[in-house]
Amino acid sequence: MIHFVLLISRQGKVRLTKWYSPYSQKERNKVIRELSGVILTRGPKLCNFVEWRGYKVVYKRYASLYFCMCIDQDDNELEVLEIIHHYVEILDRYFGSVCELDLIFNFHKAYYILDELLIAGELQESSKKTVARLIAAQDALVETAKEQASSISNIIAQATK
Amino acid sequence: MALSGMRGLSVFISDVRNCQNKEQERLRVDKELGNVRTRFKNEKGLTPYEKKKYVWKMLYIYMLGYDVDFGHMEAVSLISAPKYPEKQVGYIVTSCLLNENHDFLRLAINTVRNDIIGRNETFQCLALTMVGNIGGREFAESLAPDVQKLIISSSCRPLVRKKAALCLLRLYRKNPDVVNVDGWADRMAQLLDERDLGVLTSSMSLLVALVANNHEAYWSCLPKCVKTLERLARNQDIPQEYTYYGIPSPWLQVKTMRALQYFPTIEDPNTRRSLFEVLQRILMGTDVVKNVNKNNASHAVLFEALALVNMLLCLVGIGTGLSPQTVMHLDAEKEMMSQCVALLGKFIAVREPNIRYLGLENMTRMLMVTDVQDIIKRHQAQIITSLKDPDISIRRRALDLLYGMCDVSNAKDIVEEILQYLSTAEFAMREELSLKAAILAEKFAPDLSWYVDVILQLIDKAGDFVSDDIWFRVVQFVTNNEDLQPYAAVKAKEYLDKPAIHETMVKFQNGLPPFSFNIPAMFKVSAYILGEFGHLLSRRPGCSPKELFSIIHDKLPTVSTSTIPILLSTYAKILMHSQPPDPELQNQIWAIFSKYESCIDVEIQQRAAEYFALSRKGAALMDILAEMPKFPERQSSLIKKAEDTEVDTAEQSAIKLRAQQQVSNALVVTDQRPANGTPLVGQLSLVKVPSMNNNTDVNSADRGLSPENGALTTVDPQPPSADADLLGDLLGPLAIEGPPTSAVQSQHNIVSGLESDGVVEAAAIVPVDEPQNSVQPIGNTAERFNALCLKDSGVLYENPHIQIGIKAEWRLHHGRLVLFLGNKNTTPLVSVQAIILPPAHLKMELSLVPEIIPPRAQVQCPLEVVNLHPSRDVAVLDFSYKFGNNAVNVKLRLPAVLSKFLQPISVSVEEFFPQWRLLSGPPLKLQEVVRGVKPLPLMEVANLLNSFRLNVCPGLDPNPNNLVASTTFSSESTQALLCLIRIETDPADRTQLRMTIASGDPTLTFELKEFIKEQLVSIPTAPRPQPPQVPPAPPVAQPTSSAAALSDPGALLAGLL
Repeated sequence: MIHFVLLISRQGKVRLTKWYSPYSQKERNKVIRELSGVILTRGPKLCNFVEWRGYKVVYKRYASLYFCMCIDQDDNELEVLEIIHHYVEILDRYFGSVCELDLIFNFHKAYYILDELLIAGELQESSKKTVARLIAAQDALVETAKEQASSISNIIAQATK
Repeated sequence: MALSGMRGLSVFISDVRNCQNKEQERLRVDKELGNVRTRFKNEKGLTPYEKKKYVWKMLYIYMLGYDVDFGHMEAVSLISAPKYPEKQVGYIVTSCLLNENHDFLRLAINTVRNDIIGRNETFQCLALTMVGNIGGREFAESLAPDVQKLIISSSCRPLVRKKAALCLLRLYRKNPDVVNVDGWADRMAQLLDERDLGVLTSSMSLLVALVANNHEAYWSCLPKCVKTLERLARNQDIPQEYTYYGIPSPWLQVKTMRALQYFPTIEDPNTRRSLFEVLQRILMGTDVVKNVNKNNASHAVLFEALALVNMLLCLVGIGTGLSPQTVMHLDAEKEMMSQCVALLGKFIAVREPNIRYLGLENMTRMLMVTDVQDIIKRHQAQIITSLKDPDISIRRRALDLLYGMCDVSNAKDIVEEILQYLSTAEFAMREELSLKAAILAEKFAPDLSWYVDVILQLIDKAGDFVSDDIWFRVVQFVTNNEDLQPYAAVKAKEYLDKPAIHETMVKFQNGLPPFSFNIPAMFKVSAYILGEFGHLLSRRPGCSPKELFSIIHDKLPTVSTSTIPILLSTYAKILMHSQPPDPELQNQIWAIFSKYESCIDVEIQQRAAEYFALSRKGAALMDILAEMPKFPERQSSLIKKAEDTEVDTAEQSAIKLRAQQQVSNALVVTDQRPANGTPLVGQLSLVKVPSMNNNTDVNSADRGLSPENGALTTVDPQPPSADADLLGDLLGPLAIEGPPTSAVQSQHNIVSGLESDGVVEAAAIVPVDEPQNSVQPIGNTAERFNALCLKDSGVLYENPHIQIGIKAEWRLHHGRLVLFLGNKNTTPLVSVQAIILPPAHLKMELSLVPEIIPPRAQVQCPLEVVNLHPSRDVAVLDFSYKFGNNAVNVKLRLPAVLSKFLQPISVSVEEFFPQWRLLSGPPLKLQEVVRGVKPLPLMEVANLLNSFRLNVCPGLDPNPNNLVASTTFSSESTQALLCLIRIETDPADRTQLRMTIASGDPTLTFELKEFIKEQLVSIPTAPRPQPPQVPPAPPVAQPTSSAAALSDPGALLAGLL
């Protein structure tokens, strides 16, 4: 199970956090501090796994951003490494060649997308196309609500088909 | 720049980004929080848009790590908004802002439930996502049935059902009772037929959690998992959008194989064959490719396949009843195992670090399969190279693997390699390294002096990364091995003589940091050993008490406060050993004692005062400071420490489940069974110091914890903590050294008749009216009995009031046992009664047991035993007493077992074979195939037999896999009778063997056969927390596993010799 997802910039700034196990704010800050210390200092040619407090953290760097996921010791590391990449590809498709700034200003979008990818710390959808379709449908819903146009259910039906 | 679509939010984010430093950022954030707070105060004026904007700002601030202690209500209230945009924000912000224990979440349960059961699909999705991410127990209890309905509903679209499946997974993790196994297992099997891969992926994750808890209920899912795997890996029957870099959903493949690992065995031969075919395809068909992602994905599948093969085959090792057809495939499967190891051997040498890491990790897991260790050992050199890898993650894996693969044959190489690495290793790894090296050295030491060398080097090199347990353990080890004591003393002296120590000392005296902290541990252990065993060196030059004293005392000014108490004890011991007394030395040491009598540190002060007073007692000193008794054998606290690093994982991993299974199967009947660290305190040899743990007992009675060092508990009011066990170990070395409070104070009592404050105080906190029958035994009584079956003295039973020790002597069919009943308290035990319930074959006479055992006194009660005829039955001691208002009664098995009447005898070839032929066939010669045997190496089986006084005669049997043993049995009816034993083992399957027993008496043959069998098959240990007053079940307590040991008629016919 994925216990949490962290997006941290090379300077240690937090870009996104999602916690699937209960952590208090104090613990969250501690985890982030500890892990940025461990991960940001690792050299480029090392493996993508870090052992930490009896768990494993799988991370991958994309440009200036580190994507980290914390898993149980016996979970499959490579599988999670590719969940990260899968997420990045979906973000890329959504934003059109995503960059750190996109995620900074649209962190809420990053959350929506993550919620279509993971629930309860497990992968729920492995098709990029499906995720893209669902996110587009949500966006459409919000747009429609804004315009106060025709009935909501109609649109969902159309958009998610 | 893509903006958030909410201008206020974007402005705020860029403001925060533009802050030059943390302080500015904090100011900006505080300003914003103030702003949001005022806006929320008059909520009526807020438009939905503004509300959304503010809760997003709150979330952003919270994400940055600031505390946000208001506005949760606003976020939660958005959940009940009628329109999608608000609801969406409400759900997502709530699920990020609150965690499962938050009170506000409870307020939302109703709204959430309405959304889940409502008709609006998008609302359902939002609600399921939030519950799946942060739902707690309460959600589990109120929502699980609705969520289950959605998963199997035919009217719901896949997007709802897949979310519902994962949502249920979350709820199940929070409370497994919410999924009713009966109805759900079939539904689960149906779910695995699902065509939509999103739903199938989610359902598979759910299944993993379910089978991890209870695989039996979900047997029907097993063939479906295999089918799914075939569909993906072999047929590649999958929509294009679900392939990932050309690989059919690697995630689903991994999940499916993970679920399969929880089923202990696959009996259906067809299913098993199909599965192995797919696995073979994955193992052989995975190539290294250029594309990183494709490579990762295919190797994710490959490593999961390796894990699955490992699970399937490690069971073959254990031998859980497989059908004959299955066994036929075993050869092919074993072949696959070697393929796996070969593959891993390749992986650990590749350039790609991820693969190297995983290769090492999986090789460690592979160690669980018997027969594989030898193949893995071939890669030892490569693994040692990995210990020097630039990547700490890889080094950790290498260390773990080396630790796991270490045995007697390679311990020296591996431990020395670790030691060498220790000096260059980074701090983050040193503690782990030193702990592991210490454990390996202890477990596999080829000779004892090597062990001492290694540990001393270790303490020297690892410095302050050596935990105290390590040096405690050395002390224990040295104390328990007399041969080792002079050597250890020499080594300790050498270390103290070393100029290196002097140098650091000099630096320290000049006030120059750093004071190297390896000195304290090194110093403590050296000083302790010299105090205890230094007198063994007295004939050597430079080792007179006086010289030893000055070597140690030279360093006293430089040591830390925690070391001084140990030095004081050492001085007291040196003083005691200087015979005839040397007045000069005596005056010197007295001067030191009196100097420290006014020390501000209580521990030091107390020791100094007491040693000073004691050392004037003359002869009494000899008794009180006598050499430490041996420590009872128990699981090394180091090993325990190494095992104690459990963390909270979502599902118990299959590998751990299996490992536990193996441990319980492999329980070895030797002294070193895990005693869970509850130390046996009193020693039989300590009759003279009955009070050594007087106030300790009060503590342990109070807390139900293992007794701690008396001195520490009085001096230092630490709450009981995980340290209790550490102290438990400490207790040993310091029982005399450490708690002079207790030992010495009571001595005061005896010697001078003074009232001792400590004791009175201690007595004052005895729980006065304990409820009846609340006395818990200390230590595992069943394990103690088992240990006593192998040796002749030790503790039979202990609770906070009393300790019952036993010492036995056996000659032919006679035995003389002495029961030592020691009252551990400051009040007498009254109405003491001991009744022996002998089985028919034993005549037992217990001498009179006094009705009262005075405070802290020990009573010895001899017990005469005569063995009338062969039998495995066990005698029981029915023991009762009263302590205060507490009437306590325990029934204890006495270790007067069959083996005690055996006398090992060695026979030559010429003597053996005529006898063996003479005793032909039943009932004098019995043969039986025993299954379900603990899988032990042949050596250990031999040791086991020897420990039961069955003398293994090597070389009698030409087949190296067989053991032949001989012994004589004595009873009144049979007199001394020769017994011959032959055990034939199967190197391919250690869990079964055939044994043949012959003797001149049919009853003896039968009883001896059953007795040996009981020792060989797994003995389930009694549950650890024994319910009070439920003694080990009398006579028939030893489980006979008749089912596991059905005799094999075919084997009976084939009398080999």
